[in-house]
Amino acid sequence: MNIFDILGPVMVGPSSSHTAGAVRIGLVTKKLLGSVPARAMITLSGSFSATGAGHGTDRALVAGLLGMRPDNICIPESFDHAAKAGMEFSFAHEAIRGAHPNTALLEVWDKNGRTVAVQASSLGGGRIMVNKLDGVEINVTAERPALIVHNVDQPGHVAEVTSMLAHKSINIATLNLYRDKRGGYAVMVIETDQNIPASSLDWLKRVEGIIKVTCLNLGEEG
Amino acid sequence: MAFHSMEEILDYCRIGNKKFYEAVLEDDMEERKVSREESMKEMYVMWDAMLLASTSYDGSARSASHLVGGQGLAMEEYRRGGNTLCGDYLNQVISQALEMGESNACMRRIVAAPTAGACGVLPAVLIPFFRSGQAGHRQIVKSLYVAAGIGQVIASRAFIAGAAGGCQAEIGAASSMAAGALTALKGGANEQIGHAAAMAMKALLGLVCDPVAGLVEVPCVKRNVIGAVNAMTSADMALAGIGSAIPADQVFDAMREVGEKMHPSLRETGEGGLAATKEGIRITRSLVR
Repeated sequence: MNIFDILGPVMVGPSSSHTAGAVRIGLVTKKLLGSVPARAMITLSGSFSATGAGHGTDRALVAGLLGMRPDNICIPESFDHAAKAGMEFSFAHEAIRGAHPNTALLEVWDKNGRTVAVQASSLGGGRIMVNKLDGVEINVTAERPALIVHNVDQPGHVAEVTSMLAHKSINIATLNLYRDKRGGYAVMVIETDQNIPASSLDWLKRVEGIIKVTCLNLGEEG
Repeated sequence: MAFHSMEEILDYCRIGNKKFYEAVLEDDMEERKVSREESMKEMYVMWDAMLLASTSYDGSARSASHLVGGQGLAMEEYRRGGNTLCGDYLNQVISQALEMGESNACMRRIVAAPTAGACGVLPAVLIPFFRSGQAGHRQIVKSLYVAAGIGQVIASRAFIAGAAGGCQAEIGAASSMAAGALTALKGGANEQIGHAAAMAMKALLGLVCDPVAGLVEVPCVKRNVIGAVNAMTSADMALAGIGSAIPADQVFDAMREVGEKMHPSLRETGEGGLAATKEGIRITRSLVR
């Protein structure tokens, strides 16, 4: 932990896990979608469901989806800001099985119909973990850039993605591969030390066999 | 790499003939690969945010549950009446702690130090010190390094989350950090900083985390007051030359042991202690949608 994990963050109260962490979950979801959603369906689980209202967890998640950071003083009025931005949202309360006590599932759509489903938990001190993306377990902390590629399970896709990263001098920190069945649907989750340029993402999206490309770069909020 | 013990910090200071804050500052420069100026600028941002949170306090604001709000204002009016038990200065500390805790509960902007629930302790002791002209911005920022260094050691040896170790891990840690910062501001020796931090934590050892309805409101806001006042008394004892019989590192280790032995109902679950009282349960039920 560095000293600014001890003194800080500057945040809107009352809780680093239930408020600041919730803002970050919303913010990460917005980044994964690529824009402020037009519609959001949010499911609150565990302690987020039980004490979320008193901690402003609902307003914090919406604030994050709008691109607000945890220190934005507009967080308490995020519902009004969502109305102005034309973002529709709804909340449900449901126990997500096997999930961390502070967990939310955010299903979001942009105006072009692109959608992502993000299940994330708040670990305390404002730190978060994205547990699932579109139903696939990824376990990304969002403290490093991450690239999530959905592709057809066939030879060569990992090489395409990793050589693209090599060409851009992007170092891989962690790499995980998942698939539902042989020749079926595969997902690679790559955490990197550098941000991934938009041009590379556009190139990846056009590669045959690659179904979906989602990216989480750092420092692009707002 | 970050310090894991007060002893390491004190050794580092002894060998290099440095002040406590310099050890923490130099470690941050090394850890995050930043310059002295960059690090200090960032710490100044924290101090500035504390001051801004204090000046923007709104005594008419109420928390989501309406349990919290206006107490800081009431305290400030009482202090201005001039007829208090603790005297003017300590009453400023009390008001400041209440105000910051309330601001947090009312979804206003604060600095987690080390947590949001304990955000009132450090500003409560530092802001009156600054406003009374006893220190300038630069000295306060240096003292924040002392506080952060102590907090880092506590986080490394024990924990700084109520869910992990009870309130002793939040208000206790904040109080220990504040006691060290005050001792440094008053010109205490590095060893005295260690004694102040140890004595502050010892006094709050065993404090449970029992928030009513699980909210960071009751008793959290008022516990910021005892954290701040305890920091003042611990720093004064250390400055008087009184030492802690148990060294700070061992006190923090004891805090961990006590936290681990603490029943889960007393670790931020809202199921024990004050939360489980008749009135606590009544309040909780009245808040259920």
